[in-house]
Amino acid sequence: MIRVVAGRELRALFLSPLAWSLLGVAMLILAWLFLVQIESFMQLQPKLVAGASELGVTDLIIAPLFDSGAMILLLLTPLLTMRLLCDEYRSGTIRLLFSSPVTSTQIVLGKYLAMLGVFSLLLLLTALMPLSLLLGGTLDIGRLIAALLGLGLLLAGYSAIGLLFSSLTEQPAVAAIGTYGLLLFLWIVNLSGSDDRSGLFEWLSLSSHYRPFLDGLVRSGDLAYFLLLIIGSLLMTIHRLESRRRGD
Amino acid sequence: MAALIHIENLSRHYGDHCAVAGIGFDLQPGEVLGFLGPNGAGKSTTMQIISGVLAPSSGSVQLNGFDLQEQPVKAKRGLGYLPEVPPLYLEMRVDEYLRYCARLHRVGAPETDRAVAQAKERCGLNPMGSRVIRNLSKGYQQRVGIAQAIIHSPRTIILDEPTSGLDPNQVREIRQLIRGLAEECGILLSTHMLPEVQSLCDRVLILHRGRLVYAGPVSRQQRNRVLVTLAEDADTGYLATLPDVLRVEALNPLQYCLTLNETHRPGDIAEAIVRRGGRLCELRTDQDDLERIFTQVTLGEQIQ
Repeated sequence: MIRVVAGRELRALFLSPLAWSLLGVAMLILAWLFLVQIESFMQLQPKLVAGASELGVTDLIIAPLFDSGAMILLLLTPLLTMRLLCDEYRSGTIRLLFSSPVTSTQIVLGKYLAMLGVFSLLLLLTALMPLSLLLGGTLDIGRLIAALLGLGLLLAGYSAIGLLFSSLTEQPAVAAIGTYGLLLFLWIVNLSGSDDRSGLFEWLSLSSHYRPFLDGLVRSGDLAYFLLLIIGSLLMTIHRLESRRRGD
Repeated sequence: MAALIHIENLSRHYGDHCAVAGIGFDLQPGEVLGFLGPNGAGKSTTMQIISGVLAPSSGSVQLNGFDLQEQPVKAKRGLGYLPEVPPLYLEMRVDEYLRYCARLHRVGAPETDRAVAQAKERCGLNPMGSRVIRNLSKGYQQRVGIAQAIIHSPRTIILDEPTSGLDPNQVREIRQLIRGLAEECGILLSTHMLPEVQSLCDRVLILHRGRLVYAGPVSRQQRNRVLVTLAEDADTGYLATLPDVLRVEALNPLQYCLTLNETHRPGDIAEAIVRRGGRLCELRTDQDDLERIFTQVTLGEQIQ
């Protein structure tokens, strides 16, 4: 049943120009950033060699690419997730789902799975860019995999929050704004200072859990943070669907 | 055999407003149950509760013997539901949409194509399979909605105003379709068209301000009233003076409605008319038609 819901969602996403244009724009900007990083690396390379620096392609191209990529995708994800449940409410098709032998959990997981599908495609395309460097050099493959895992978890977190906001309102624009608000807040919440008392903000922040992945660090604390974020958002979405049925 | 729909003491509140208050009824297999009421009486709310779209504030719904709150998936397996606004994904093609609905209602992958073909056939959608739903006319969209509700051959079908917005020919086709469906399953049908109920339904429920005010056959005999038809336009002043007659109402120059007291016997009336020289063509017990019942129960007139 989850597959059936996800399948329809994916088809709807790719039938409309929305998914295509978002993927296209994301790839275009990421590719541009990638090329800019390569260019600056080429300029730096003689100095690095002269200074016997330990920094290499992975530090100077891949890490910055994934760092700015996370921000760009933050701007694009809410546009993709905002319609997930809003549209069902608005057009009344939610009644079809509610009157079918499908549970709320299956509906939510189906929608979520569709989003993960789109983002897997995006992740795959993004991974091809650094991998193309293998044609002319060597890469720290372990670090690349860690960065991809980090970006994947981050996108999964974005989509879960987007789905939650989409379940809260019938207006796609409101859902998108809500998602932007929360994601940006979570991204910058650790800027509030660096004394002892800001530990909570540091822990809440998306960026402080994402950046270690770019350095090749896969820490269980960061994994737990993302899983908590995802599972928490999905549970709240399921709860929201149930309470919508009760009408409060 | 368990009733297809069994409802007890069902209530639903929207904040302070009470949309449905303590109603209960059964739908048996092979029965077409008409669901009537003025706008805002709570028909759609009740239908949404039965189909699991809304949860009741109190009371219980059993579908095919399964409690909708406790075993929702099992209960909803044999249910087809057409809401007031058909739940269509406008960007999909008809075939695609129906295939999705079939899968959603747990029709197995091998049977899906056959189920889609059959539903299209029954709803007259055969030439429309590859059309995008957005581009279909209202009538065809409504048919896609009905096809969606019957695609998994449910035993219980809930149709919320299936003929609204259709032209007379389409209305007739849909009625025929409903009649055909009624041979295999139980149907709960809400509509504003009384003739439709009269021609389709075995029983009606009338809802008024969230309460069930009438549950019974589409017409009922009035033993206190007889209709008398005479052959020629003669002086009929004597009708009022016949024994047991309380009131005479002329329906047309030849037909009269007599209101009688409790102890009357139709044979005596007939004999009395003939003795007075009236040429009696027909004498039968009057029936209340649906329209009269509807007006009586919803406008607060006393039901005798």
